[in-house]
Amino acid sequence: MPEWLIELLITFAKIAVVHGVLLTAVAYTVYLERRVSAFIQNRIGPNRVGPEGLLQPLADVIKLLMKEDIVPERANRFVHALAPGISIIVALSTIAVVPFGDTIELFGRQIKLQIADVNVGILYIFALLSLGVYGITLSGWASNSKYSLLGGLRSSAQMISYELSMGLSVIGVIIISGTLQLDEIVYAQYGWKWNIILQPVGFIIFLVASFAETNRLPFDLPEAEQELVGGYHTEYSSMKFALFFLAEYAAIIVSSAVIATLYLGGWQFPYLQDFGLPQIVTSILQVLTFSVKVVALVFFFIWIRWTIPRFRYDQLMDLGWKVMLPIALANLLVTALVVLLLK
Amino acid sequence: MEWKLELILFVLLSVMAVFSAIMMVTRRSPINSAIFLIINFFASAGIYLLLQAQFIAVIQVLVYMGAIMVLVIFVIMLLNLQDESKLSEQFSYKKLTSLLLSVLLFCLLGFSVFFGFSGKFTSISGEAEKLGTAESLGKELVLAYSVPFEIAGLLLLAAVVGAVVLAKKSFD
Amino acid sequence: MLEINYYLILSALLFSIGVLGVLVRRNAIIIFMSIELMLNAINISLVSFSSYLGEISGQIFVFMVLTVAAAEAAVGLAIIISLYRNKSTVNIDEINILKW
Repeated sequence: MPEWLIELLITFAKIAVVHGVLLTAVAYTVYLERRVSAFIQNRIGPNRVGPEGLLQPLADVIKLLMKEDIVPERANRFVHALAPGISIIVALSTIAVVPFGDTIELFGRQIKLQIADVNVGILYIFALLSLGVYGITLSGWASNSKYSLLGGLRSSAQMISYELSMGLSVIGVIIISGTLQLDEIVYAQYGWKWNIILQPVGFIIFLVASFAETNRLPFDLPEAEQELVGGYHTEYSSMKFALFFLAEYAAIIVSSAVIATLYLGGWQFPYLQDFGLPQIVTSILQVLTFSVKVVALVFFFIWIRWTIPRFRYDQLMDLGWKVMLPIALANLLVTALVVLLLK
Repeated sequence: MEWKLELILFVLLSVMAVFSAIMMVTRRSPINSAIFLIINFFASAGIYLLLQAQFIAVIQVLVYMGAIMVLVIFVIMLLNLQDESKLSEQFSYKKLTSLLLSVLLFCLLGFSVFFGFSGKFTSISGEAEKLGTAESLGKELVLAYSVPFEIAGLLLLAAVVGAVVLAKKSFD
Repeated sequence: MLEINYYLILSALLFSIGVLGVLVRRNAIIIFMSIELMLNAINISLVSFSSYLGEISGQIFVFMVLTVAAAEAAVGLAIIISLYRNKSTVNIDEINILKW
């Protein structure tokens, strides 16, 4: 086989494995959310389908597939169908640049555990993130319903506002590691030099902004049930609704992975490379480390959702523009000064 | 092989860009126009990648698609603009003249490009890949073009202030 | 490798379509979008010159054009909003009180 064909096959295999794992993880994040929320509220949660309710995601999917697909009478059909597609594509393509392990040796080949090693990895993530707004905004507009429209308007304002502080907080990390490439950033966090220790303020801003970008409580105003029925997906049913649902949870997992990569050392387990273990064991342990970090962050997302109440809309905007943005700017200034002085 | 791949990608992307541009100009509903313009920007980002300007390509997606067009769609939704069906869409000499004018403009531009540049620049420079990275652009921007860079920052500040003043109902 | 002409002609075509949009349409927002299309067409030719000549200043210009486009979006849309608030239309044929 020619070399480029092998490369192509390896890339396809990586895409298949990563997205298979991601979609399974999405299904079980929904299950985890229901179980954890039940635990927090002193209930039991789904436990009937399969042992401990482990087959519940499957049942949910079958139920959603069987439902009738309803499009509102005066909706814009094309845009109405396009919007959930945009959401899911954006959520799934972001994972392409996240490194989930160091280079691994399989069948005598060095395989990088990352789908695409993009030169401008962080900007790629931000570009896709800014496209994610379209899914929600267009679905709100196309449904021809006042609740959807309000949800869409709120989400576009919210996501644009929080993207600013998110971007500014990441620049601190970029200054410290001196690269936009995600695997280089992970290499730079060798040992205990995790960015959460070097950039605690930036980490908190990035975390809060991620909550806002994924429309999770306390920032879930675009789909606030008590005031907007279902927000932007009020008029969606069946598989289109399932796509939105899928996209929301995929976005949680992907932002957890991005946070882990940028601030928690990615797949780095402190000094694991120096233990002298066989290379294959080291690689597997690194992938495991990364997964544990991601799962912990996903759990944190769920924990916050069932603990903190929702912001009011003006409070949300005040927090974004008057608190987070100045802090992010100050953080950037201090980081730049310190890096300049230590150089 | 590589030449053919570039040609195929170029044809695909440019057909996409031109088609979406025409659709953008001819759609009645502003939101459909906006969606086609987004597709056009996406195709242009692809063209930048073909030209090995990867940083510009990503910035294009970030700024044009992620910020400007979201703002446009936000305004269309906020004003709740309907289709232009009330406006007269009949044939008029004004429109015919506009069409002729733009065809003429294209002929002029195409003519000068064809006779000015054919056979002069036949392949992308070897340094293009190195030039398109964030590193080289950033260095150039801060070292050689620092004054224009600062002025651009000032322009953005002025725009922000202006937008707030214009869009706010009244100051108390 | 493709000649530079391909990119330049594409750019010229997109620019002409943008001009057509500005001349034909009467909706202020669509005119605004046509102007963005024209700016984008210019960017394509700047980037292609930059790559073919191996000279970075073309891409710096694109940077400046992007800045101007962003500033234009902010101010232009604010103007459209305040026009709509005063005259409840965005049809530029009806916005003619400066035309004597």
